[in-house]
Amino acid sequence: MTSIGILQIAIFLGIILACTKPLGAHMVKVFEGQRTFLHPVLRWLEVLTYKVTGIKEDVEQRWTHYTAALLSFSIFGFLLTYLLQRAQGYLPFNPQNFGTPNMPPDLAFNTATSFVTNTNWQAYSGEATMSYFVQMAALAVQNFASAAAGIAVAVALIRGFARQEKKTIGNFWADVTRATVYVLLPISIVGGLLYVSQGAIQNLKPYTEVTTVEGAKQVIAQGPVASQEAIKQLGTNGGGFFNANSSHPFENPTPLSNLLAMFLIFVIPAALTYTFGKMVGDTRQGWAIFAAFSVMFLIGVFVCYHFEQAGNPILANRGLQTAATSGQSGGNMEGKEVRFGIANSALFATVTTDASCGAVNSMHDSYTPIGGLVPLFNMMTGEVIFGGVGAGLYGILLYCILAVFIAGLMVGRTPEYLGKKIEQKEVKMAMLAVIATAFSILVFAALSSVITFPAKGYWNPQGAAIANLNNSGPHGFGEILYAYTSSTGNNGSAFAGLTVNTPWYDLTLGLAQLIGRFLFLIPLLAAAGSLVMKKKVPETAGTFPTHGPLFVGLLVGTVLIVGALTFFPALSLGPIVEHYLMQSGKLFSMLLPTLGIWS
Amino acid sequence: MPTTIATEPQVTPQLPPDDPTSLLPKKLVRARPLFDPEIVNRAVRASFGKLNPVTLLKNPVMFVVEVGAAITTVFLIRDLFTGAGNLGFQFQISLWLWFTVLFANFAEAMAEARGKAQADSLRKTKTDAIAKRLTSSGTVEQVTASALRAGDCVICDARDLIPGDGEVIEGIATVDESVITGESAPVIRESGGDRSAVTGGTRVLSDQIKIKITSNPGETFLDRMIALVEGAERQKTPNEIALNILIAGLTLIFLLAVITLQPYSVFSVAQAGSGSVPTVAVLVSLLVCLIPTTIGGLLSAIGIAGMDRVMQHNVLAMSGKAVEAAGDVNSLLLDKTGTITLGNRQAVEFLTINGVTDQELADAAQLSSLADETPEGRSIVILAKEKYGLRGRHIPEHEAEFIPFSAYTRMSGVNFEGRQLRKGATDAIITFVMERGGEAPGYFKEMSDRISRNGGTPLAVADGKRLLGIIHLKDIVKGGMKERIAQLRKMGIRSVMITGDNPLTAAAIASEAGVDDFLAQATPKDKLEYIRKEQASGRLVAMTGDGTNDAPALAQADVGLAMNTGTTAAKEAGNMVDLDSNPTKLIEVVAIGKQLLITRGALTTFSIANDVAKYFAIIPAMFMATYPALGKLNIMGLHTPQSAVLAAVIFNALIIIALVPLALRGVKYRPLDAASLLRRNLLIYGIGGIIAPFPGIWLIDQLLVALRMA
Repeated sequence: MTSIGILQIAIFLGIILACTKPLGAHMVKVFEGQRTFLHPVLRWLEVLTYKVTGIKEDVEQRWTHYTAALLSFSIFGFLLTYLLQRAQGYLPFNPQNFGTPNMPPDLAFNTATSFVTNTNWQAYSGEATMSYFVQMAALAVQNFASAAAGIAVAVALIRGFARQEKKTIGNFWADVTRATVYVLLPISIVGGLLYVSQGAIQNLKPYTEVTTVEGAKQVIAQGPVASQEAIKQLGTNGGGFFNANSSHPFENPTPLSNLLAMFLIFVIPAALTYTFGKMVGDTRQGWAIFAAFSVMFLIGVFVCYHFEQAGNPILANRGLQTAATSGQSGGNMEGKEVRFGIANSALFATVTTDASCGAVNSMHDSYTPIGGLVPLFNMMTGEVIFGGVGAGLYGILLYCILAVFIAGLMVGRTPEYLGKKIEQKEVKMAMLAVIATAFSILVFAALSSVITFPAKGYWNPQGAAIANLNNSGPHGFGEILYAYTSSTGNNGSAFAGLTVNTPWYDLTLGLAQLIGRFLFLIPLLAAAGSLVMKKKVPETAGTFPTHGPLFVGLLVGTVLIVGALTFFPALSLGPIVEHYLMQSGKLFSMLLPTLGIWS
Repeated sequence: MPTTIATEPQVTPQLPPDDPTSLLPKKLVRARPLFDPEIVNRAVRASFGKLNPVTLLKNPVMFVVEVGAAITTVFLIRDLFTGAGNLGFQFQISLWLWFTVLFANFAEAMAEARGKAQADSLRKTKTDAIAKRLTSSGTVEQVTASALRAGDCVICDARDLIPGDGEVIEGIATVDESVITGESAPVIRESGGDRSAVTGGTRVLSDQIKIKITSNPGETFLDRMIALVEGAERQKTPNEIALNILIAGLTLIFLLAVITLQPYSVFSVAQAGSGSVPTVAVLVSLLVCLIPTTIGGLLSAIGIAGMDRVMQHNVLAMSGKAVEAAGDVNSLLLDKTGTITLGNRQAVEFLTINGVTDQELADAAQLSSLADETPEGRSIVILAKEKYGLRGRHIPEHEAEFIPFSAYTRMSGVNFEGRQLRKGATDAIITFVMERGGEAPGYFKEMSDRISRNGGTPLAVADGKRLLGIIHLKDIVKGGMKERIAQLRKMGIRSVMITGDNPLTAAAIASEAGVDDFLAQATPKDKLEYIRKEQASGRLVAMTGDGTNDAPALAQADVGLAMNTGTTAAKEAGNMVDLDSNPTKLIEVVAIGKQLLITRGALTTFSIANDVAKYFAIIPAMFMATYPALGKLNIMGLHTPQSAVLAAVIFNALIIIALVPLALRGVKYRPLDAASLLRRNLLIYGIGGIIAPFPGIWLIDQLLVALRMA
């Protein structure tokens, strides 16, 4: 690790820390329906939305209504996204004339679930299959909608803790509208302009055909990139305009735009911790969660950075220079952009998987085994290290419930968090969410590891599902595991190396996304519904303290241990054994000879 | 005639001396040795009976272990015929898996057997007594106790066994209640007031009483007590249910992790081209090691033992829920008299007015109190003797006229040798003096008020028309009470003193005892309202009570500890009964409740933390043949894959047995604030739970290899 690399990581976290309180306080006002400095400019838009849709902003909903609203909103979004993709041939802004065949039903299904669930898993390749109109009207809109829905759920859960002896947890429609109008939209507009300033493109032109220096013809894709880029990061969506995502120079042209991207990914999840603390009436509670986030983030980023900078010993043994020098980044540069280098690639990979973003600026598949284990494990925790917009907060609150329940008894009282007793209902719901996540990752990965398909089937080419892998051995297994983990975690980043655009993978990954989103947040909304009705027990010296370093340690321990205990067997057959094999100088290349690449 | 009653146990119950460092008395009244051979025998037998899968289904974790044990046994039998597999290894795995279930059953059976043993000794006292029932015509007929119904009236003479629960409606008698309380000193039971309740199975020692029976056979206090200690009425408490959901959820997650490991290994073995997919025995072993068997096996034992511990303190909890609630209590309502202060006020000082010598006042005070049998009166005599050397005198009754205290005159005293000695309320005595032509100095009233303000009771003394001075009566705060209340505060519990005194007096005692709040001139209605107010702000309230007028408040409180000497109504309303009728016990009950919850949390944390080490034992063992590089994870250096898996399984089984004493006794509880408690327990059971299995598994592995068992 280089000092300049460490400094950049420190600066990044410093900026996030600085913005947490102002944005967090702004969101408190937004979601408590108070006037903000943006109201003079944007209130008309909020009012207009209510008028057009017939929403009564002051009517509060119980958790069941809130959930029903969320589901209907998501189903509508899904149908709209699906239909727009299928109908793109008949719609405007389509200079490359992409048609229905470019988006077959299974792919359109996968993409629609993917964007509605804030996953933005990309089985499609943007520039080769999708019109500008679909990118703008279907995908970018869902980037806003799914992010706003995530924030709404988090705010509803916060209300569950903040209110007492009430029945309602807010109005979903008002929460989504306010999140969009006062938080996502303004930041995205500023962010989009900053992207343009760095050289991200923004046009509706047909693709440019150029002749390269070598005289070859090259098609350069165009499009409204900058506008989509800001919300892609800010909403922790991660679906790139181009297949190469944030490693593409039009999406992420400079180190500064790279910093902007990472800033946008973390800023709302970080600020929500303050919003949480403020709304429950004790900002220390919010800062404790921020601290837990930061600890886990720093562990991840430095492990990843360390192993990427250390590089591959097999190459070093062959006499390659792997140490960093003034003119050379050293380490493992395979699959990384030279303009970002190792520190900013490792940092980006950690940030994008801590949060459920999934944008990538380097090839995670090319990371060293432990370097790649970090993004994978980040997602396995349920993305509760800052996490997705809203999703990170409601995810960590689930872990708070578990941590308090397991260890809270040790202070000699039945467990309580923020004065709310944690009882059967809350534990049941929290466990349901954890089990659903574990089920989706473990079972789908297991199925894909062993399933075989008959000839001329619809689902997959004949033979084993693992034939879609480009790598064999532990790394190949890691690729399958990563795909289902990323989908279940609604992350959307890919290890790649796995051909996923077949009906089998489209369907199972799509299901994983739906399970990961809805079987996680519905139980939490149910818990919110139960919590909101409870009285708050006043805090005393006998109360389990949930704001000090001890709780931060306990929370981090719970997240890491629950994640590790659930996934250690799977990980040991993937990146862990791959790491030891690499150390002992062994390469796994069983499939490669048959492809004729390795001699 | 009377058979000797088996008093169980024979030890005279006695609260141990107050130890300010501990809220739990060190010596338990009804304690049995933890591993009483009789109980152990009973428990061992019961643990086999509990193998029945239908009963085990209630405990999902142990049910999964049993299914796992059955599966490995089936595979073992299959392989016995086919000759395939490593029979010795499979046999040992199956055996230890069965042991795991048995150990958990044993823990529960131990807890239950302790209760049953207690129930048996109680049942011995349930002899079918002959009752003397009063017929409607007023004659006495002899019937068996089981023929009595609520509403019947019976007569009990000296040495009669009281045939059923009831209330004394006529007469007064001393009763031996050692059957219920273990206390051999007889108690007085009389009609009217708060000492009228009698319990079936106790024995009248003197006099005759008429009793109105209040319960039908099978519903008596003794019957309920037997049912409670036997666990027949045991229901899972809310927190226990929630914890069960958690560990069942974890079991499901580990089931997923282990089941999917099979296809992962199929993939890995095919890719690596070496090794083999782990056998069923190994997969089951991994599963059993991972699922929280420690807490799963001990959870119900902890609950039963918690009830049992309350019982050992001579408190009868009507439900486990009440014990759990005790741990959660935020406010303790403590009666001043008998709980915070010694039962009675004592004379501490004689204050004279000008022109009166101390000796004169002491002499008058003593004389006026000679016939006063109240504790206050006696304390005056004692003070006079100790401070002024006045020896007790005997006044022949015919020479003196004793004036008893009356609510009307508010004074008492003696007419003796022409003197009219009086002591009483200040204004009553002033009036007495003035009526006889005497006078009271101006500062006298102020003297008296000063005592009141400081929480004392002034008792003016006069000799005819001559005012002598004031006796200062004071409430004495019990030794160690202040420390206990400070501890309670540290634990986050507010203590509230309830008293009938005026606010001034109450405030003074409250500050002396260090309580957080007080309720002065409290009527039963005030108490009830105070509890409601506390509960409305989210607090849980505990209180003690004995009178019928306490019943509503006892019922409203989250923990209502009724005194056994109290009325039936009070006992019905509360959810606990203290057989020793010692209101201070409330503090111990709270400590036991906390201890119960801490034990649960500690063992849950320990159980989950243990898994880390087991992974390091089993995962490399499973895949060393497929990926030899994974041998690096074998940080304990276990000898062979078989020895590693066996060692983990054996450790997992033995830890249950090793923790049975902890589950039954409860973890050590110190009254600390939550943060310190958490830090301490996380260190012991969390970090300790991660570390402990490493040396444990290593040692078992060494033994297995040394014994050539793997």
